[in-house]
Amino acid sequence: MPELLQIQNIRKTFPGVVALDDVSFTVAPGEIHTLLGENGAGKSTLMNVLTGLYHPDSGHMQLAGEPVHFTSPRDSLSRGIGMVHQHFMLVPAHSVFENILLALDRVPQFYDRKHYQQKMQKLIDTFELDLDLDAEVWKLSIGAQQWIELIKLLLRDCRLLILDEPTAVLTPQETDRLFKVLRLLQQQGKSIIFISHKMREVMEISDRVTILKKGSSIATLKRAEFNADILARLMIGQDRIPEWQKNLQMSEKIVLDIRNLSVRNDRGLADLDDFSLQLKEGEILGIAGVAGNGQKALAEALTGLKEINKGKIFAGDMDMTHSTARASYISGIAHIPEDRKSIGIAPDLDVADNLIMKSFKNSLFRRGVFQNRRAIRRNAEEKVSRFAIKAGPEGSPVRYLSGGNIQKVIIARELSEQPRVLVALYPTRGLDIGSAEYIHKVIVDGAGRGMSTILIAEDLDELLKLSDRIAVMFRGRLIGYADPRRTSREEIGLMMSGEQREQP
Amino acid sequence: MKLVIERRDTSSALLHFSAPMVSIVVALLFAGGLILAAGINPLDAYREILYEAVGSTYGLSETLVKATPLIFAGLGVSLAFRMQIWNIGAEGQIYMGAMGATWVALFSGLENHWLLMITMFCAAFICGGLWAGVAGVLRARWRVNEVIVTLMMNYIAILFVNYLIYGPWRDPQGFNFPLTAQFSEAARFANFFDTRLHSGFFLALFCALLLYLLMERTVWGYQIKVIGSNPQAARYAGMRTGVAIFAVLFLSGAIAGVAGLSEVAGLQYRLQHGISSGYGYTAIIIAWLARRSALGVIIVSLLMGILLVGGDSLQMLWQLPIAFVYAFQGLILFFLLGSDFFIQYRVKLIKGAQGG
Repeated sequence: MPELLQIQNIRKTFPGVVALDDVSFTVAPGEIHTLLGENGAGKSTLMNVLTGLYHPDSGHMQLAGEPVHFTSPRDSLSRGIGMVHQHFMLVPAHSVFENILLALDRVPQFYDRKHYQQKMQKLIDTFELDLDLDAEVWKLSIGAQQWIELIKLLLRDCRLLILDEPTAVLTPQETDRLFKVLRLLQQQGKSIIFISHKMREVMEISDRVTILKKGSSIATLKRAEFNADILARLMIGQDRIPEWQKNLQMSEKIVLDIRNLSVRNDRGLADLDDFSLQLKEGEILGIAGVAGNGQKALAEALTGLKEINKGKIFAGDMDMTHSTARASYISGIAHIPEDRKSIGIAPDLDVADNLIMKSFKNSLFRRGVFQNRRAIRRNAEEKVSRFAIKAGPEGSPVRYLSGGNIQKVIIARELSEQPRVLVALYPTRGLDIGSAEYIHKVIVDGAGRGMSTILIAEDLDELLKLSDRIAVMFRGRLIGYADPRRTSREEIGLMMSGEQREQP
Repeated sequence: MKLVIERRDTSSALLHFSAPMVSIVVALLFAGGLILAAGINPLDAYREILYEAVGSTYGLSETLVKATPLIFAGLGVSLAFRMQIWNIGAEGQIYMGAMGATWVALFSGLENHWLLMITMFCAAFICGGLWAGVAGVLRARWRVNEVIVTLMMNYIAILFVNYLIYGPWRDPQGFNFPLTAQFSEAARFANFFDTRLHSGFFLALFCALLLYLLMERTVWGYQIKVIGSNPQAARYAGMRTGVAIFAVLFLSGAIAGVAGLSEVAGLQYRLQHGISSGYGYTAIIIAWLARRSALGVIIVSLLMGILLVGGDSLQMLWQLPIAFVYAFQGLILFFLLGSDFFIQYRVKLIKGAQGG
């Protein structure tokens, strides 16, 4: 079978780092080819090479049998390679039509609106997408915004579509829709490179899977040659996975009682709307919901980053919504933020300084107005070894650490003071399997000591595995609770799209 | 062949260190062109600059005298830079500091030397600090851009001082010149080695040391660094960023204000027109060149001092206008900003590239 894309021995280095060592794989016409790899395995560098953002140091690329050297994303796009990025490239205030038009080549100064509208509508109808061309983008769901990105590429006659973790922001139902569309595209002869680390999806959609590890492609397996176990083993290789045992004991004592909480965002819209939740001692309460349905506001309200407009938060019997006790109670709430780089760390400071960010006023780390550098350094040494942080040379800025290690720094800091409550937002997003399991272990161990956790995650499998109860959020409201031992993915999926259901 | 620009994933310490050096050298080359255009051999001119500025006790003392206000103002500006706050208003803060000190020296009625020194210091400190503090309040409370505010307030400060020396504070015995009366002996800094070198220089060095300790050793400095590195993370860790913004701008302006004190009490003994010849603007270049270190501020200020003193002699020897010195400073900043590009990106030659 003639291959559409051939990648041979691609190598790409940055000063001091080999990002891609030796990557080879091929994509056939009409194939859905999955790239699987831990974070840092080189997936994003590879994509940047494919779309012409980076230039490989060595190696060859052939498109339909012709050698190619892309000089820019525009260049690769003109040769039929299009990419849907994780972060959409859309203008929120413009309509769907305008956004798609923006992506087209050679649109005349005075264009025939009807003509273009018909062209777009035809594609929408072919794939049975639920998309209104005149709607403004910011009003659309994330799933619908993704359709726009896809249509942009299809209108440009892309032969090869690259989708970078497209399902991260979708409900299970939306994911099913996406997969249906991908199969339709496949039948039309389009090739698709699919990037994901959700094993279930990889198993479902892929014709072939290429596994990347430490910058090299270590295996390409055909359907029927792979299963979840084989893939996981290839991906992780020799790395040891920490083991943990879930503790099923849970007391009925309520440590946190959230009553009718409302939080408005900067635009005055309700991020949290009449939201109520009860957290029991020692429990791991999973929060399911499509990203952007108020999870972030909930975490921020609990940790004091957002002001509460209405409603109350009780800790035990104590009202801590506005009282001065709130500040001190909040300091007892550990928080693993969603966007670690933007609020979790001070990127220019070193590990030691980042580890004391919440306790820098503690008498341990100061002598009067002066900092106790020795105590700070000792604290760092202890945390680095206990949490197995690969911190690099002493004093180097945290921003040079890998995502997994940055996350460990945050967790080491947050959990070092035996907090009673942990609010974790997407704590394993973007982490390799080893680091993710390690973080699961830390959370479960904490629960064993009586720490209560609110775990906000997007991967339903992760939630089902860890949680004692699952609460589902939709548009800032609590839709209901589900028992992870009895519920199904479908049921939670329906709740995530707003379908109310009897509370157990 | 094709030139391609790529982002560097990491940038080395060597690069960070060498970039300012290289930009100074390139600026020297370009300035050489300017000197050449004026009909002077650049090598002669540079030799002359060095000789005049460090070749004699007198030259050396003059260099230190010129460096003194630069160190103060540079420290002030770099302190704010440390928190990603851009204080462009050191010039105005110097004027306000000088004004405060002058008010104490002329109108407080104090006669004791040390009492005067301390009060004048406090007055300069507070006046400079409050002047910058205005921008601090606006920034912390309403997110008003501090660059615009500090810059605009320069003009207000300079014109206000002009009003004072043309109007209410004009020396009645001054033959109508726009200057205040001279300070009494008690209100002047001590001089050293029979030169114009005064206590202000040593005060500046002491200030640098204090600032270093403040930033690197204290809890407060730690907070400033965290806020500068990531204000969101700081807020999340319970730091009060608004208060810190005000405090840092206040302190930044206060230190610049002390430069004003040092000029009136150490050198000119009166408030007059043009007490700062753009020191506040040069301080921005200094703070940028020194990146984040107090020691760096001292070194760069001394270099700038050499340039100013040497430039003066060029003016006398070859009638090369003093504007040359400012052109040279501008060139350094220009190439320095340019070098940031090369720290973050690399330029590569790609062979046999197609298309585009």
